[in-house]
Amino acid sequence: MSELLLEIADDELIIGWRDSEWTGIAPFLEEDVAFSSIAQNEVGHARALYELAARDLGTTADELAFDREPSEYRCSELVELRLPEWERTIARHVLYEQADAERLEQLKASDDPELAGLAAKIDREEVYHRLHAEMWHERLKDEPRYVEALEELRPLIGKRNGHTPELTSLWEEMTSVRRSQPAGTTW
Amino acid sequence: MGGDDVGAALAAGRDDVVTAEEVWEALAEIPDPEIPVISVVDLGVVRDVRVEAEHVHVEFTPTFLGCPALELMRDAMASRIAELGAEPEVEVVLDDSWSTDRITPEGREKLRAAGFAPPTPRDAGDHRSLVQLQSNGFRCPYCGSRETALENIFGPTPCRSLRYCRDCKQPFEQFKTI
Repeated sequence: MSELLLEIADDELIIGWRDSEWTGIAPFLEEDVAFSSIAQNEVGHARALYELAARDLGTTADELAFDREPSEYRCSELVELRLPEWERTIARHVLYEQADAERLEQLKASDDPELAGLAAKIDREEVYHRLHAEMWHERLKDEPRYVEALEELRPLIGKRNGHTPELTSLWEEMTSVRRSQPAGTTW
Repeated sequence: MGGDDVGAALAAGRDDVVTAEEVWEALAEIPDPEIPVISVVDLGVVRDVRVEAEHVHVEFTPTFLGCPALELMRDAMASRIAELGAEPEVEVVLDDSWSTDRITPEGREKLRAAGFAPPTPRDAGDHRSLVQLQSNGFRCPYCGSRETALENIFGPTPCRSLRYCRDCKQPFEQFKTI
């Protein structure tokens, strides 16, 4: 169970980090706001999932999120990539939200009432991520660069064995503040 | 056996340092940190209050999981309960029991008066459809017109969208239905 929780939490943390990279530099202000909000939600979901896993594993959410080595993360290669091109970012957003929706439907039917409840709560927020992805898909669906990006990224969704070098650079940035302080520092 | 239970409850009640009603009243004075016109009670995030002698146990359900106001609300509730002379235990419950339907009628009126359109009830239409969100039908909190347009699904905080009223030309924030 904690393996599955970590897989989802890692996906949500890393996609949240990548989404937050648009803050301040998206093509227009509405998308700065949208990707910043989506990032905030995804990191919030990661925290709740890490907290559930941490209880089983006898650790804390922060330790799971930031104190593991990059090779220990269980996220999909899809979320790891730094994608400075808008059409590739939108393609990933569409692919990720579809896959996440299917996963949440399964979790909502889980025998574990705590996990099913959390999945249902997360799904309430994800509705708006899916609407945002759907809106962009409608706009770009006939654009060849976007169609190519969908084809390029689709095979990465299920890839969880091994990581891209881009996860390591993200991890170094993401954990730099925490690693600069002695272990056990509280925030 | 029933008689014994009644006796035990009354004895416990006499030792309580505050009543549950007093706790609810005190919590009703705590503003939402991001929308201070409404209280945490108006917002419907306080699910239960139990008093046992000097202990006050509060069950608190977050609105959005990534909401940074979560810790602020939890700490504000704990210190308000401590001011009543009780020992606070604020439990954050991460289940699916909160939805925007939990916002009280008073809370909805306070939101509207402050220029935030309250969330539409969950059974009022399909909020999961882009067509629905992009249609008019969402009421402007300033002039009451339904001639409003979706400007952005996302707004200044995760719980709000941005809309524009074509009648009174006023942009406004729409509480998302979740």
